[in-house]
Amino acid sequence: MKREALLFDELDATTSTNAKVDALARYFAEADDVDKLWVIALLSGRRPKRPVTSTQLRKWATELGGIPEWLFEASYHVVGDFAETVSHLSRLTEPMDKSLTQWVRYVEDLCACDEEQKQKRVKAAWSGLEGMELFVFNKIITGGFRIGVSQKIMVKGLSKATSVDEDVLAHRLMGDWDPHTTNYSQLILEENSADNDSRPYPFYLAYPIEGPEGTAAGALVNDVEALGDPNEWQAEHKWDGIRGQLIVRNGGLYVWSRGEELVTDKYPEFEPLREALPNGTVLDGEILAWKDGAPLPFAEMQKRIGRKTVGKKLLADVPVILMAYDILEHEGRDIRQQPMEARRRSLEEVVSNAAHPVLTLSPVLSLANWQELVDHREAARVTSVEGIMLKRKSSTYEVGRKRGDWWKWKVDPLSIDAVLTFSMQGHGRRADLYTDHTFGLWQNGELVTFAKAYSGLTDEEMKQVDTFVKKNTVERFGPVRKVAPQLVFEIAFEGISFSTRHKSGVAVRFPRIARWRHDKSIEDANTLDDLKAMIR
Amino acid sequence: MPSLLSFSPQGIYCEQAGVHIDPWKGVDRAVITHAHSDHARAGSKHYLAHPTTKHLMHARIGADLDIETLWPGQVGTINGVKFSLHPAGHIPGSMQVRVEYKGEVWVASGDYKRQHDGISEPFEPVKCHTFITECTFGLPIYSWQEPSVVFNEINTWWRKNAANGLCSVISAYSLGKAQRVMKGVDRSIGPILVHGAVANMNGVLENCGVKLPTWEPITADTPREHFRNALVITPGSAIGTPWTNKMKPYSSAMASGWMQLRGWRRRGNLDKGFVLSDHADWPALLQAVNETGAERIIATHGYTDVFSQYLRSVGFDATAESTEFGSEDGSEQRADIPDSTRSVDPPDRPMPTEE
Repeated sequence: MKREALLFDELDATTSTNAKVDALARYFAEADDVDKLWVIALLSGRRPKRPVTSTQLRKWATELGGIPEWLFEASYHVVGDFAETVSHLSRLTEPMDKSLTQWVRYVEDLCACDEEQKQKRVKAAWSGLEGMELFVFNKIITGGFRIGVSQKIMVKGLSKATSVDEDVLAHRLMGDWDPHTTNYSQLILEENSADNDSRPYPFYLAYPIEGPEGTAAGALVNDVEALGDPNEWQAEHKWDGIRGQLIVRNGGLYVWSRGEELVTDKYPEFEPLREALPNGTVLDGEILAWKDGAPLPFAEMQKRIGRKTVGKKLLADVPVILMAYDILEHEGRDIRQQPMEARRRSLEEVVSNAAHPVLTLSPVLSLANWQELVDHREAARVTSVEGIMLKRKSSTYEVGRKRGDWWKWKVDPLSIDAVLTFSMQGHGRRADLYTDHTFGLWQNGELVTFAKAYSGLTDEEMKQVDTFVKKNTVERFGPVRKVAPQLVFEIAFEGISFSTRHKSGVAVRFPRIARWRHDKSIEDANTLDDLKAMIR
Repeated sequence: MPSLLSFSPQGIYCEQAGVHIDPWKGVDRAVITHAHSDHARAGSKHYLAHPTTKHLMHARIGADLDIETLWPGQVGTINGVKFSLHPAGHIPGSMQVRVEYKGEVWVASGDYKRQHDGISEPFEPVKCHTFITECTFGLPIYSWQEPSVVFNEINTWWRKNAANGLCSVISAYSLGKAQRVMKGVDRSIGPILVHGAVANMNGVLENCGVKLPTWEPITADTPREHFRNALVITPGSAIGTPWTNKMKPYSSAMASGWMQLRGWRRRGNLDKGFVLSDHADWPALLQAVNETGAERIIATHGYTDVFSQYLRSVGFDATAESTEFGSEDGSEQRADIPDSTRSVDPPDRPMPTEE
């Protein structure tokens, strides 16, 4: 696994995308095909079945390090990564030399072992590896291979090494392939159609139109005017569900979410579309919780997202539909290169022929002039959508986030001034820094927790808050510190609804720190009642 | 009877003698363990320190400080209390302070390490009843490799850069770490060029008899081509500022114990992290605690809660005291991490499930 360790060292040593792509390209040009396939699998979220629980790993790690369990926990909270913590606690005594593929097999073989054998073998690996190799082994055994390389960067590197187009590679890497049953040249280099039925297309993502937070929407009309003639554009609602791709091919129905996850079983409502849609149809749209002709709050949708299987009651309470807005494959042909206007005509035809209530066409909004777009956006919060989508009528369907033809224009976030109350150390790049904060609002002279937020501060501010937390800790609860209420932050969020699951009685969506209000003292922070008043 | 040493708002205090150790506020009489700025501060009337520390303090704080000196092992008595200094191995001149009164012995460690760095007098365990120990790296995840292994890594990096026409810029604390790096690297690879802050410290240390390899200060006149195969040693705060423009193209690195953690390495936004610390690692801390023979341990300066809890669990009478020596995680190194506002990574955003 030496070559892979070198690759990950190189990836770790740089923040430059180009340098990462180069390191990957060098690796894909040099390494063994069998191992390359596993690197692709791991970096795209495919990993061997987890053979051991984290409780077992913790126990063995403490035994190996000769330390009590609480000390392992304390160390873990400083390191911020389980695999890395274990790496720092073990010492190389009897070196083991295996390839990446052999190590993956080593981990997979553990599944068939009894507990004692598992323990023996895991400990042998811990004493047999060091440095990055040990870290990689621990990442394989604990699952979750997040190491700062997106699939997109990996595909760029692969493309550079193989001269195969990025888009083509992105498509080949999607879907349900398994590193055990395919090989590098089959997956990456060969044209193939056999098991392509389930394979989705990469999603095309819109670029945000951004304005300074808090500006009146109307002030941005000049910005959208820069897009030219409104007649060249199509406006739609920006629906507040989850992005999905629905595929009907050769008698099968497949539903993919944008996280590249096959979610067909989670949404049995779509099953009738297997018959209702013609063979060779791929639709792009929003999976929405929908009742009585209107979307349900996103909090309802969340109940469906989290569930692997759905019961009758949930199906009745929170039914979903597909709000279709694009068609990528029509009558078995990839039509992504057709202009959107033409695709829209095909989409309207397909949806109308299917004539099924779970499949709805996302309406086109009138757009005689740019002011109208501004008005649509103003109205968005009332109609329970996130904002406006703006697509160029001549646009082809691209891969990933591209600037120019597809724009999203969200409604301004809501925001409220809250007091920092608790803090916890972060993970990864933020390990050992207090970056995960909890915020409270006033109620009867007390601060009631209403949201947690991790992002929104600059690195410099992050360090300052970290120092503040360390100097102003009032109480410690394991990794969490209660801090003296002194700092006020403006917290922005997208949605808000009543909730029985939250102590405050209110749930907010995507909370993040909008700014540090140095100008406000804690008495100036908002009350819980102020927050509740924001709920429509 | 009050305990021999206690923790006052000014610092570690010996009431019987009216003396503070490394006070963080101005006092009448202060004993100083070493010249780092979180231990040697301005504002006190009289100081007592190792001669090297005296010279460093004059250079760093002011020529007019009133500093008496003690050589290691030499005893100074104040109101019946015997004070002596014993090598701590942290940086040149760094000493532990032994305090004895009526047969009771306390030792305040200051900062220390047990590895030999070739420039500081090596750490010497001192028998005592109560040991006040730092624990900057007081967690079992911190365990250093032999310095020779780390210097091999540094040399390999420098050699590769030099071969590719890249200047090698390494961030190291200007007092102690910088000189340790100079002393440890393979000087046949290229010239050693240093930042003004490092040059100042080099000058003082050489006057105190510390032998350093040939070095050259970087000035406005240093020709560009001079940097090509050079090792530049600088405080981290200078990296990425206009000061490093002349060195481009360069590879950047940092030498610090914190580089053991991946999160720190990545946050530092440098090309390389070398795990080289002037503090004791976990095994060395435990060894030091054991070798003092002390029954009572007071942990300061670092992971004090965890370290003292562990010591209690193995039978010591151990407590934690908060001090103002850096932040709890050792701000000396943390301050050396360059501002990563120039980071190209956008701040993490929550991953919305929309779209």
